[in-house]
Amino acid sequence: MNQFHYDSVEATVSHDEQVRDIDSAKGVSGDRIFKMITLGFAFSIILILLLITVGMAVESIPALKQFGWKFITGSDWDAVQGQFGALPYIWGSIVSSLLAILIATPLSVGTALFITEIAPGKLGGAIASLVELLAAIPSVIYGLWGILVMAPWLQRTVEPFLVDHFGFLPFFRGAPYGVGMLAAVIIIMIMIIPIITSITKEVLLAVPKSQKEAAVALGATKWETIRMAVLPYGRSGILGAVVLGLGRAIGETMAVTMVIGNAPQISLSLLDPAYTMPSVIANEFAEATSKLHSAALMEIGLILLVLTLLINIMARVLIWGVTRQRSAGGHI
Amino acid sequence: MNGMVARSIKNAGMMILMGVATLLVLTPLILIFFHIVKEGAGAINLDFFTQIPNPPGESGGGMANGLVGSAILLFMASLFGIPTGIFGALYLSEYEGNRLANIIRFSADVLSGVPSIITGLVAYTLIVVPMHGFSALAGAVALGLIIIPIVLRTTEEQLKMVPGTLREASLALGVSFWRTTLQVTLRSALKGIVTGILLSIARVAGETAPLLFTTLGNQFWGRKLTEPMAALPLQIFNFAISPYADWHRLAWAGALVLVVIMFGLSLVARLFGRQKPMA
Repeated sequence: MNQFHYDSVEATVSHDEQVRDIDSAKGVSGDRIFKMITLGFAFSIILILLLITVGMAVESIPALKQFGWKFITGSDWDAVQGQFGALPYIWGSIVSSLLAILIATPLSVGTALFITEIAPGKLGGAIASLVELLAAIPSVIYGLWGILVMAPWLQRTVEPFLVDHFGFLPFFRGAPYGVGMLAAVIIIMIMIIPIITSITKEVLLAVPKSQKEAAVALGATKWETIRMAVLPYGRSGILGAVVLGLGRAIGETMAVTMVIGNAPQISLSLLDPAYTMPSVIANEFAEATSKLHSAALMEIGLILLVLTLLINIMARVLIWGVTRQRSAGGHI
Repeated sequence: MNGMVARSIKNAGMMILMGVATLLVLTPLILIFFHIVKEGAGAINLDFFTQIPNPPGESGGGMANGLVGSAILLFMASLFGIPTGIFGALYLSEYEGNRLANIIRFSADVLSGVPSIITGLVAYTLIVVPMHGFSALAGAVALGLIIIPIVLRTTEEQLKMVPGTLREASLALGVSFWRTTLQVTLRSALKGIVTGILLSIARVAGETAPLLFTTLGNQFWGRKLTEPMAALPLQIFNFAISPYADWHRLAWAGALVLVVIMFGLSLVARLFGRQKPMA
């Protein structure tokens, strides 16, 4: 495409004399070089992903060798004795994330439906932008609020109430500390709701109008339209949003570290302090002196990475399937 | 007819449930905003912007070193994160359709879901270990790794919105493909790209976890990029978990300033992006 070279026309496009000289001299090869350069940068994404995975695996070799599967099943964590078992952290991460997602999902889907189906005008738009604004608040600020406002409130008001009225259940036993599993679940829930809501909203907006109109024409009420036409169409996309929220929940670090109480124990009670995988890395890594301690924390990081990679791949596949028709390759 | 009534009641009930869900979602979020503004505004003063933190027990002091440190970290992270994202996006949008581009796109999406504390671990392995010490540089690398996939995907989106006819017009005039890409396609999308970049910087400005064992934090002014440096989010974290009321007040002030900076950045970005693109 480069044989026809009209310099006078070119000059209107370019002001850079030097670049033009190189261009005329090398001809088509300029395109080839350009393609290689951009490909190099684009390919670095794959390299970074590989680097992260391989790097973490290599760094955790000492712990992998020393403990094998016992690392996942053991629950002793003693840096002085060199004993490392990650079960309390894995337990804490999974329980806090799952409970948070369990409560966040209906609330988020309800809010997304409210925004798109019930108040699609200015009110819905205002709520949607408020929710999006809150998705941008950094984790450390949620943590600040959690530890200085929410935890004292839980300790004084909510937890005594739970102990008094539901203390017969194993989930609400123990002293009200304020910080603990319950605080972590609530803070994670508050943090992932904006994410799940805004993606669900995108998915719901992708439902074709004709789909809804067909239901309305058959005499369906608003709820019946939602249940029969909207939700089935967006099912996999909403599931994707929830799974993506789960990925965020498991990787959530700062806010959880600040409110969960940081005690490596496995307890059924929501009032007891617990610990998560990202939290133990955040608290101990900078001070880990022995090689084995660092490797053990790296292995926890590796478990966390593998979990989030699997969760994210699943979520992306689900969301891409739905929104691709609407905006090809749209970033969510 | 009874069926009709039952359906109406059910409909109303579900509508109310959705409204209640929305209220439940908005309440804590509004409360958080309220507390940041109330506690932050009460604690903020000129010292906050000009002083470094006082030792525990002494009142007063500020987070000037954290503000400067955060700015330096974000600048350095942008320095390598933004070009990588933009050039990568040029490949994805201008040579799209092949399988490799799809794999890269997918990797970028997966990468942006990796917990930020993991990028901290990676930066630790890559920079802190070989250089035998915590450094601002390591923190910048960690933040840069987070910026890359965000800039890549938003830039690609903007480039895709440039009409194909614009590219064809340039090519038809005999301009080579690479110069068309840089001087026509990229330039037409520039506004949107800048918006995306500002938004991504706003997003990583509050990142704390990747800095914990890379930049580490510093009670004083850091002098070199190869030494630990203060950062605003790190200071908020350390002061929030401290037992001192004075430090709590500083943490609230820091939170308010951080939120204002982040929202200011994204407001500028959105206003900037709203103007008509030059194409």
